[in-house]
Amino acid sequence: MNINLTLIGQSIAFAIFVWFCVKYVWPPITAAMQARQKKIADGLSAADRASLDLELAQEKAAQQMQQAKEEASVLIDQANKRAAQIVEASKDDARKEGEKLIEQARAEIQQERVQARDALRTEVALLVIAGAEKILETSVDAKAHSEMLDKLAAQL
Amino acid sequence: MADTPVEYIKHHLQNLTYGKLEAGYERFDGSVMSESAWTFARTAQEASDMGFMAVHVDTLGWSIAMGLLFLGLFRYVATRVTTGVPGALQNLVEVTVEFIENLVRDGFHARNPMIAPLALTIFVWILLMNMLKFIPVDYVPMLASAMGLEYFKIVPTTDPNATFGISIGVFLLIIFYSLKVKGITGFAKELSMQPFNHWALIPVNLVLEVLVLVVKPISLALRLFGNMYAGEVVFILIALLPFWAQWTLNLPWAIFHILVIPLQAFIFTMLTIVYLAAAHEDH
Repeated sequence: MNINLTLIGQSIAFAIFVWFCVKYVWPPITAAMQARQKKIADGLSAADRASLDLELAQEKAAQQMQQAKEEASVLIDQANKRAAQIVEASKDDARKEGEKLIEQARAEIQQERVQARDALRTEVALLVIAGAEKILETSVDAKAHSEMLDKLAAQL
Repeated sequence: MADTPVEYIKHHLQNLTYGKLEAGYERFDGSVMSESAWTFARTAQEASDMGFMAVHVDTLGWSIAMGLLFLGLFRYVATRVTTGVPGALQNLVEVTVEFIENLVRDGFHARNPMIAPLALTIFVWILLMNMLKFIPVDYVPMLASAMGLEYFKIVPTTDPNATFGISIGVFLLIIFYSLKVKGITGFAKELSMQPFNHWALIPVNLVLEVLVLVVKPISLALRLFGNMYAGEVVFILIALLPFWAQWTLNLPWAIFHILVIPLQAFIFTMLTIVYLAAAHEDH
């Protein structure tokens, strides 16, 4: 337990060790630790950002889906309306066509009736004249009595 | 090797001393030195007669070996350090570094990039030196004896030269930073105007403050030395028991030292940080 030169030797060794540690040991180790801390922090913030991005993307996707649905329903509505219009229009056309046909038919019938009456009237007039001739026993001068005949025919 | 228990204990507590014996000194075997020369002391008496001009070869050798082990290990890691996933060794080193970094961050508020590596050096070095205690007390002395060396004490911290060597280094740093941060007048003021701020009490203050200052390295060194030396003495006493009974005491004592060894290293480190923090405080 004698105090001797060991004391000084020990102090010198201590000084050298501290110097070496300050210069060559401490800086690289702490630098690496700080770099790793930064790396981890960056990684965590990147993960946070990614999850935020995901959330945004999901929201956007949902919005787009909603919009697409709305557009589709609008389109379907329009198509339905258009179909109804077309059906209505074709019904109208058909009715008009039918009416036209009926009208034509009527007109034809009318015409034929008029013709038939005219023909009948003429025939009746002839028959009346023939009857009258037989009654009168004389021929009727068609020219002389045409006025009377016409009157008769008009009365029929 | 020694025969009686007292001789055995004394032998195990004696350092391997290489020193200067003066001309005319009568050596242990009766021979007289014809001229002064450096030699290994063969007895405790010779070692103490060498006075200051002697070196404890075992203390210096083992402490430097432990210092080199510490620096080699940490430097090895420092050159291969990765910012990715660390290996087991790098992990160990980083845990130690972080532990010291936190200690310094909590205890030292000034800006000085030297304090943390200083604390790391003190902590790991003292820890390694203390840990030599786990080697059974007879192994190395017997080996040394086989190699012709009379004494060999391997735990440097059981030698006051080692602990005082470190604490004097710390003391010089305290003085240096006190002067650097506060200037000569500031430091002188701190020593003379506290704790009683009156000109008439300057001598009293001076005595008190210088005492406080000087006691710092002494308490640092003696606390570490005392704990380690006492522990070592107990280990040696236990080694005097019959071989089959030793483990009953040796084991609990060694387990206890798993606590004591890092604790003493921690206390030395912590107090160094606190003292240097006080040196950096400008009033």
